[in-house]
Amino acid sequence: MTHSVLVVDDEPNIVLSLEFLMKQANYDVRVARDGEAALAEIEQAPPDLVLLDAMLPKRDGFDVCQAIRADPALNGVRIIMLTAKGREVEREKGLALGADDYITKPFSTRDVLERVKDFLGEPDEA
Amino acid sequence: MLQGWIIVLVSLAYLCFLFAIASYGDRRADQGRSLIANPYIYALSIAVYCTSWTFYGSVGRAASSGVGFLPIYLGPTLMFICGWFVLRKIIRISKVNKITSIADFIASRYGKSPLLGGLVAVIAVIGIMPYISLQLKAISTSFSVLVQYPEIVMPQDLGSAPLLQDTALYAALIMAAFSVLFGTRHIDASEHHEGMVAAIAFESVVKLLAFLAVGVFVTFLVYDGFGDVFSQAAAVPALTRLFSIEAAGGYGSWISLMILAMAAIICLPRQFQVAVVENVDERHLRKAVWLFPLYLFLINIFVLPIAFGGLLLFPDGGVDADTFVLTLPMAERQEGLALFVFIGGLSAATGMIIVATIAISTMVSNDLVMPVLLRVGRLHLSEREDLTGLLLAIRRGTILIVLLLGYLYARLIGESYALVTIGLVSFAAAAQFCPAIIGGIFWKGASRAGAAAGMSAGFLVWAYTLLLPSFARSGWLPAAFLEEGPFGIDLLKPYELFGLTGLDPISHALFWSMFANIGLLVGVSLLTRQSLVERAQAVLFVDVFRRTEDQARIWRATASVRDLQGLLARFVGQQRASSAFSRYARRHGQKLDVQAPADTALVRFTERQLAGAIGAASARIMVASVVKEELLDIDQVMAILDEASQVIEYSRRLEEKSAQLEATSRELRAANERLKDLDRMKDDFVSTVSHELRTPLTSIRSFSEILFDNPDLDADQKKEFLKIVISESERLTRLINDVLDMAKMEADQLDWYMAETDARAVIDQALAATHSLLQRDRPIALETDLPTRLPSVHADADRLTQVIVNLLSNAVKFCDPERGRIGITAGLRDGLLQVEVWDNGPGVPEADQERIFEKFQQAGHILTDKPQGTGLGLPICRQIIKHFGGTIWVESVPGRGARFSFTVPLAEAGEAAVSASAE
Amino acid sequence: MTRPGLMNERLMALFLLGLLLFGPPLMGAFDRPAIALGIPVLYLYLFLAWLCLIVFSALAIEGGAQTPSGAEPEDLDRAFEDEG
Repeated sequence: MTHSVLVVDDEPNIVLSLEFLMKQANYDVRVARDGEAALAEIEQAPPDLVLLDAMLPKRDGFDVCQAIRADPALNGVRIIMLTAKGREVEREKGLALGADDYITKPFSTRDVLERVKDFLGEPDEA
Repeated sequence: MLQGWIIVLVSLAYLCFLFAIASYGDRRADQGRSLIANPYIYALSIAVYCTSWTFYGSVGRAASSGVGFLPIYLGPTLMFICGWFVLRKIIRISKVNKITSIADFIASRYGKSPLLGGLVAVIAVIGIMPYISLQLKAISTSFSVLVQYPEIVMPQDLGSAPLLQDTALYAALIMAAFSVLFGTRHIDASEHHEGMVAAIAFESVVKLLAFLAVGVFVTFLVYDGFGDVFSQAAAVPALTRLFSIEAAGGYGSWISLMILAMAAIICLPRQFQVAVVENVDERHLRKAVWLFPLYLFLINIFVLPIAFGGLLLFPDGGVDADTFVLTLPMAERQEGLALFVFIGGLSAATGMIIVATIAISTMVSNDLVMPVLLRVGRLHLSEREDLTGLLLAIRRGTILIVLLLGYLYARLIGESYALVTIGLVSFAAAAQFCPAIIGGIFWKGASRAGAAAGMSAGFLVWAYTLLLPSFARSGWLPAAFLEEGPFGIDLLKPYELFGLTGLDPISHALFWSMFANIGLLVGVSLLTRQSLVERAQAVLFVDVFRRTEDQARIWRATASVRDLQGLLARFVGQQRASSAFSRYARRHGQKLDVQAPADTALVRFTERQLAGAIGAASARIMVASVVKEELLDIDQVMAILDEASQVIEYSRRLEEKSAQLEATSRELRAANERLKDLDRMKDDFVSTVSHELRTPLTSIRSFSEILFDNPDLDADQKKEFLKIVISESERLTRLINDVLDMAKMEADQLDWYMAETDARAVIDQALAATHSLLQRDRPIALETDLPTRLPSVHADADRLTQVIVNLLSNAVKFCDPERGRIGITAGLRDGLLQVEVWDNGPGVPEADQERIFEKFQQAGHILTDKPQGTGLGLPICRQIIKHFGGTIWVESVPGRGARFSFTVPLAEAGEAAVSASAE
Repeated sequence: MTRPGLMNERLMALFLLGLLLFGPPLMGAFDRPAIALGIPVLYLYLFLAWLCLIVFSALAIEGGAQTPSGAEPEDLDRAFEDEG
């Protein structure tokens, strides 16, 4: 089964890089550039994993995370939060709100891939 | 050799010699080279305590009661050991308050009470009578015995001689003459009699030597040492009983005598005079503490041997033991020694009489007569010119009267008593001062009423239990008075008051008089209230070691200096008064204008000088009469006010301090808040910057890794990714530069290169730099409205360029996407160069027009200009323009573009150019 | 130099000692018809005790201080400043 990944970030270049990585790993990739778009996408079709930036326009990543976790139907969605803010408190907040993992930027692409694979299992070879 | 006229001659010669010493001492004192400023002289002068009573009477008492004479000397020893506490305090108090006598001391302590002063004077006069009579009796007796040489005949065998042949009378008159000469030649404000002290000290040496001479003679020449005398005495049963205390009357007698002597050594007027009034330096007391007891020890060593020697030599009681010191040498045919001893005894008596009569005359004149006379308005004493003569006359008269009274007592009563007993009667009288004095210096609560009641009661009891009985025993009162009590009332028997038996008369009297005295002193003091003056004086006395400065007293004085000087002169003489005043003036560095009103200090000074002459109470009256105010209560009121104002001052300062503390802590809290805000802002800035930096970094890293991990990417994609890496690196660089600029500018650590700058050139440069932007994505029209020449501005050229470039690129970014138009104008406005950059973009809403100049803010809510904008462009422009001294702002109507303007101050040359040009 | 307070204490102690020495209890012990050194015991005791007391007080005073203690001479001078 193909797993789907939702990439949420307002920086186009970062979206581009993550999109490329996920595609390369044979995951189904969708993108959103702000919090509201992200929620819309999730509502439409819940992904298996969300790569969620903390700083987003319209609704920030913490809100989105909280919203996902508030819905028991979305319990199976894995959330990895990304942030460029280096503070411990952000990490604590994210994990407290229900994120499954937290990565700080700049991240290692291999690291991101590994974590995604951890959660989702090896993708089927296309 | 020992004929009457020789003895008289030698005696007179001796007295004249004493007088010579005294006048020499006085002369030296006047020259300022005091003879007696010496602790040894001081201690010797105190030895005036040993009168002819010691000289003759100790042996007499030892012969009948063994060690019974000893407590009279042990008591003073003990008293002096703790004299450091008691005597020193009394001396200090007396110095500070210019006390001139024991009456002055007591009167001063209890609110400057003339009543108490007079009471003390009366008690002193009556109490001293027996003692003086004792001395006179001793002189006449010793003379009578000596003149009988080589026969040893006791005077009482001679019967009562007719008046004109009574040696005692002549002795009294001669003594009076000498006392007058010694002590009343002039009035000294401090009441020091240095000559007298010198003479007394010399006398103490003479009597000690005389006694030691006869002692050595008897012990080692007549007998073979102490052991010999005592062993011979031990062989006589009648004498061995003297080896025990029982002979001395048991412990009751022993203790009461010791207590009596302890009181007497301070309270006898003559002792107070030499120990306190005549003291010139408090430090002399240190040596006196042990020197005086040592003197007592030495003069008593041979008492017992002499007593026993005499008892052994004259076994049948035919010879009065009081005379042993004379009769023993006489019996051994030692004429010289006998004469020497006689002179010693004469010395002892003379010393006592002179000092005692001088002390008493001072008291009588200052505390008894003068206050009365001054109050008798009819005499108009306050107006008399010279009162010195009156004072001296009063004192001389007193001396004569006291001596005659003593003689009278001796003649009437003295025969029926042994010397020692008479002395003890006087001791008991003097002891009545003790509670008032000791209580006064240690207990602030002792009041005048208490002291007056105590002393009066004690005196009355003394008179009843000791004085009257002496009249009865001499036959002047019926004997039944003693045996059955007055009017037959058993309980009031003078020697057994209220049925108290078993005590010898002295102890009995001491007990009851002290009972009444102390009891009333304490009781009445506790029940009555002190007046303000009393309280002030009590504090002055009890706290003397803590308060050595005078209370500041405010006199609403209307006396002139001349008035005060004249007042003083009336009592101490013109010369002394003016020298005292000029000394004062010198010491205070003032010139005393005699017309000027006297200030507080001078009035005080005058009062003190006067107190030395006539006593504190009288001085007060006199000064008050001159100053025309009765200010007895103002004193303490002012003192209380002083204290109160001090307290107020302290609490005011405390309040101030605590208010200051309050203010400071408030300020601190406010500062803390501000610091926390700054901290938060800093945190926000730091985290925002961190965020902003990490973002391009993320792209750079990600795409670099992707490129690295995927070498088989197709070329187009590779190119695209590389382009991203490059552009993000550029972005990062821009951001870092901006952040650094911003940080440096804010921390004032940027290096500015301010110079006279050609504005036009800068603008041209900026336009050139941004030229490419205009062509990049879509064509944008640029309109310029710049004069050919612009004045020079005072600015940093590079930074100015940076500002204009920033504004231009912003304009390019935000101008209309379809038909972008931007423009730049520059010109002079209000003496400043003003540059404007406009665009036809969406404009900036009013709410944001300030916000966009803040870090990381943009119109709208978030940075929409990624990845180009750093969010720091406008804030940096603002910092730069601010540093130049200009302002930057935006004018905009949403939908109708925005116009960014800034001003820059001109350089001086530019100003000149401005005024020169026609612009 | 011992402090003035110590001197005061010693003097007070000596005073109390004196009261004891010349009081009934101790004196009673010596009040016997005995002779020592040729001198009746009571006499010897009293005079020796007296001498000792004097000597000790001399020591207490002289060893007490080299400078006048507690006399506050400066204050004395100020108090006397008006004196002739």
